[in-house]
Amino acid sequence: MSSNNVLMHVEDLVKHFPIHQGIVIQRQVGAVRAVDGISFDVHQGETLGLVGESGCGKSTTGRTILQLYRPTSGSVMFDGVDLVQLKGNDLRKMRRKMQMIFQDPYASLNPRMTISEIVGEPLVVHQIASGKDVEQRVEHLLELVGLSPSFANRFPHEFSGGQRQRIGVARALALQPSFIVCDEPISALDVSIQAQVVNLLEELQQQFNLTYLFIAHDLSMVRHISDRVAVMYLGVIVEIATRDEIYLSPLHPYTQALLSAVPIPDPFAESQRKRTILQGDVPTATNPPSGCRFRTRCPIAQAACAESRPAFRELKPGHFVACHFADQFV
Amino acid sequence: MADLLLDVQGLDTRFRTQQGVVHAVNGISFGLKEGETLGMVGESGCGKSVTVMSLLRLIPTPPGKIMEGTAKFFGQDLLKMTNEEIRFVRGSQISMVFQDPMTSLNPVLTIGQQLEEPLMLHVGMNRNQARGRSAELLELVGIPKAKDRLNDYPHQFSGGMRQRVMIAMALSCSPQILIADEPTTALDVTIQAQIIELVKRLRDELGMAIIWITHDLGVIAGLADRVLVMYGGYIIEEAPVKELYANPRHPYTIGLIGSLPRVDEKEHTRLASIDGLPPILMAIPKSCPFAPRCKYAMEHCWKENPPLEPVGVEKEHRIACWVDTKTGRERR
Repeated sequence: MSSNNVLMHVEDLVKHFPIHQGIVIQRQVGAVRAVDGISFDVHQGETLGLVGESGCGKSTTGRTILQLYRPTSGSVMFDGVDLVQLKGNDLRKMRRKMQMIFQDPYASLNPRMTISEIVGEPLVVHQIASGKDVEQRVEHLLELVGLSPSFANRFPHEFSGGQRQRIGVARALALQPSFIVCDEPISALDVSIQAQVVNLLEELQQQFNLTYLFIAHDLSMVRHISDRVAVMYLGVIVEIATRDEIYLSPLHPYTQALLSAVPIPDPFAESQRKRTILQGDVPTATNPPSGCRFRTRCPIAQAACAESRPAFRELKPGHFVACHFADQFV
Repeated sequence: MADLLLDVQGLDTRFRTQQGVVHAVNGISFGLKEGETLGMVGESGCGKSVTVMSLLRLIPTPPGKIMEGTAKFFGQDLLKMTNEEIRFVRGSQISMVFQDPMTSLNPVLTIGQQLEEPLMLHVGMNRNQARGRSAELLELVGIPKAKDRLNDYPHQFSGGMRQRVMIAMALSCSPQILIADEPTTALDVTIQAQIIELVKRLRDELGMAIIWITHDLGVIAGLADRVLVMYGGYIIEEAPVKELYANPRHPYTIGLIGSLPRVDEKEHTRLASIDGLPPILMAIPKSCPFAPRCKYAMEHCWKENPPLEPVGVEKEHRIACWVDTKTGRERR
């Protein structure tokens, strides 16, 4: 599955959203530090899962990588080019290779466009096809995602959530990208429909050798679909490792607590579990705690945690953790 | 049965819409024992919320209407009570926690005012007593500096805290039954774990019965004693929680459990998905409502809707299905 070919290298990516005050004379009074210095690689053909709770910056990360938000600083190397430095036409050319599937299939399809217009739009915008050719390609794409080509002239409101998400997938595939950011593609769907969409994503990955960044808060689903997993907390990545490493021997106390909080659909397994219940809520991203950001809720926090930000260390081969005291779990 | 706290028989609720009559709940019967936690599982639109809303008579009428059924609670029928009587039951004997804690709290009243209201209304406390009790309740649900926070408004609380306030409010008059309608769906996993732990603790301390509605089979596994699985306005399987997960018998339940990835998954397997979509019933079906999506479906399934009947000798485990999923043949 995963090889060592790095498709994308993200280095020290930062995205701050400024907070302004004043009506006539605006001045910046602070910033939401949504993504605050994260680095990771995405390998060719793998699925990298990105998990975390709401507000931890995982969606911002996905959007900043694709340059839908321009980062405050940092670099995103993709195919040997730094996307952050690109503008205009050069950037649009690169966009063909990377696409996005959005969370809400109700909000991400224009209600006034037909399905064939929606799926065909990327082809027209990027001047890859026109006229009859577009129609043919749209038909083919709809078949790929398991929809009947006869739906092409219908409008989004005629479809269910699962079908709409398939349309979103077809649109993302139109330009034959190599990299797709899936931003919580199944969160808005019913349980029995989620499995349909996940199976579709897996089949397409094998067929077209796609690379996914799969953003989700559902840890069971991430375990199912990912090769490697990155865990985010309040704008930083706290742990990154292969799927089995993360789930079988998590090293960061936050990852441990997060995993123990996920309910298992099995009463016997549930009754055998020991839970680490975190106290309190996630602090605000405008004024995150000093040093380690997790220290306010961490069960093993010590004085040192408030003073310095823990380095992102490789404690086992391929297993990176940002915690001063994670060595005890190795 | 005499020892049932709540006994629902043949509940039937319909909604009149522009497209026709939607049969949301179609003659379902179930009971709730004292101190029991009953899980109600199903996908959106399967009628689980409508069921409990009907019991508390919170269905907007029109367009909704409870056509038939009885719901015996201490010998009285909730569905036949006058508005005055049901108002007394709501909040004091049966209370409810809703899914979205932001929209179910009044944004222009302080948390204190909202907590005091049921205490003064149902228990007959004066303002001072109610205020003291409110602070105790907030402490009970684990909100730090409870006394000071009574003067805060809902927007000053986080999502998890608001859900705690909702639970405090629901518990304020020591109800016999707590109905929780997807109370943790809007919350993050770590906060969800906090809330579930809280509800378990309170259940053991206060000994109330709980009806917990959810679409998450994981949450139910660790919490419920008995589970009802709903589909298309029918109860299609009912079993004690361990039995249901170890031995699901209805094809829909089997599919639902198979379509869930597990966080303790050992090997990568393809998820068993259920093809097709959940139905919206515009008429009482003549066939089994699940038949169009069912891989076991046989001739009989298309001709008659199966009743909810015990599986073999196990009286507690009942399914509404013509097929014995173990053998793939017709039951009996």
